[in-house]
Amino acid sequence: MAAKIDQTQVKKVAKLSRLDLTETEAAEFTGQLSAILEYMEKMNELDTTNVQPLAHCLPISNVFREDAVKESLGTEKTLANAPQRDGEFFKVPKILDEI
Amino acid sequence: MQSELLNMSCKELRDGIAAGRIKSAAATEAVFGAIEKYEPVIGAYISTFEGRALAKANEVDAKIAAGEPVGELAGVPVAVKDVMCTTFGVTTCASRILENFHSPYNATVVEKLLAADAVIVGKTNMDEFAMGSSTENSGLKETVNPWDTTRVPGGSSGGSAAAVAGRMCFAALGSDTGGSIRQPASFCGVVGLKPTYGRVSRFGLVAYGSSLDQIGPVTRSVADCALMMNVIAGRDPADSTSVDEKNAPVCDYLEKLDEPVDKLKVAIVPQFSAGADEPVQKALTCALDVYKKLGAEIIEVDMPHLDYAIAAYYIVATAEASSNLARYDGVHYGHRTENAGDYVEVYSKSRAEGFGKEVKRRIMLGTYALSSGYYDAYYLKALKVRNLIRGDFAGAFEKCDCVMMPVSPTTAFKIGEKIDDPLTMYLSDIYTISANLAGVPAISIPCGFDDSELPIGLQILAPAFAEDRLLRIARMFESNTDWHRKKPTIVE
Repeated sequence: MAAKIDQTQVKKVAKLSRLDLTETEAAEFTGQLSAILEYMEKMNELDTTNVQPLAHCLPISNVFREDAVKESLGTEKTLANAPQRDGEFFKVPKILDEI
Repeated sequence: MQSELLNMSCKELRDGIAAGRIKSAAATEAVFGAIEKYEPVIGAYISTFEGRALAKANEVDAKIAAGEPVGELAGVPVAVKDVMCTTFGVTTCASRILENFHSPYNATVVEKLLAADAVIVGKTNMDEFAMGSSTENSGLKETVNPWDTTRVPGGSSGGSAAAVAGRMCFAALGSDTGGSIRQPASFCGVVGLKPTYGRVSRFGLVAYGSSLDQIGPVTRSVADCALMMNVIAGRDPADSTSVDEKNAPVCDYLEKLDEPVDKLKVAIVPQFSAGADEPVQKALTCALDVYKKLGAEIIEVDMPHLDYAIAAYYIVATAEASSNLARYDGVHYGHRTENAGDYVEVYSKSRAEGFGKEVKRRIMLGTYALSSGYYDAYYLKALKVRNLIRGDFAGAFEKCDCVMMPVSPTTAFKIGEKIDDPLTMYLSDIYTISANLAGVPAISIPCGFDDSELPIGLQILAPAFAEDRLLRIARMFESNTDWHRKKPTIVE
């Protein structure tokens, strides 16, 4: 039987997941994810044509609260764990190219 | 003397402290003595807070000496799984990506423990981001089973279960997304409860599978479990999925704990349970005999969709995880790579360096299941199967008070035995996963040992928000057996 997922697909999924994989990892994950997805086929034994999807188990939908102003964390606490900061900002590499 | 103190229940200790007979400082020192002795072998903790804990213990002792009122866990040393945020110490989720993360706030359950005057001694090891069944996926350290140090403690709350069994705290909090409280409790011979989804606030619990995650107690007795639930249960405005008490009131779980459930009807699922190893099946049969002698009626029910729980779970949970873990971007907090050429590499290299293999695998599996072209075949299908599983429970609970089955098909397995084969590891979750998919409460209590003296757990599942009855049913067994009093030979 053909593998459920090949290395090209694994690399594509890794890109979507923003995960840099080494070649060794890509090969290892291809085999493992294939076996896992193969197992998932088991679900197709069940006819679910008339079954509603269930996203969570609680009998609640919209939960409202008063739109009240409350104290928030504040700049210092929010930035305290930043890997790099610049004054009151999170610092990241340049996002826009030169025009 | 020390061991007498360390073997006390939370309730005994709390009553002794509140009455002034025992000093919380003495109990806390005894716990740190045990940590000094056993922790180098067991490795249950990621961090401990000796100075902070003793200060809190002294504060509680002073309050009692001054005749001031104290909380329900007054002076009791407890531990918290390192997936719950604390403003003190670090909150790592056993991941290198959060190795130096200092939370700006406390999880609601941590606030509740502190308000109840508990002494928090440390934060326990776990599978990275609670993804795993053996604690071997911790990115920071290894935890072993106190009953046999060549074996895993179970997971993902393996540190919590090992700390409680190893007398390095009196009780602990764990989190359970697919069995992560119950399975390590079973492997380590202690009690573990996964409450109903919505019973305990998840605010400040680092998210894995948000529709499945639930915090619960790991203790040495059902009574201690009830006491812990009294402290942590209830609606929290900060968690919109914690349930309104008008619909499902929280009760005093200790009040009627010793009242046996009259005309108890227990359901079993023989074909499903037959998948467990022989010693586990034997222990289940013996446990059922205990209930029979107590007057319970045992009936057989058909729950045909439980066999599909693993497939549905590993799609739903990983899909939710792939979304939840997108927040680790190397920008706002957590590890950032030093080798980024551009901003995309800040994400992809920080994540590659920070996450362990199992976390990467689950993020990718979830991303795949949600991706264009595969969504219907995997994610939507899994949600439908989830509904069928919930239907199985609804049908069963029309005929009985609770369902009983094994917690795990095996007792604690060897370190390294399953780590290279993720699918085999997933399959070991067969008995615990359906409770999370259906949102119902389930408890693991000690019910025997195999030939290698490894503990076996009995799992009891009850309808949503019926924790009071579930605990009473578990207590009936505990009052008539001694399994929960056995302790690992490593501790004295």
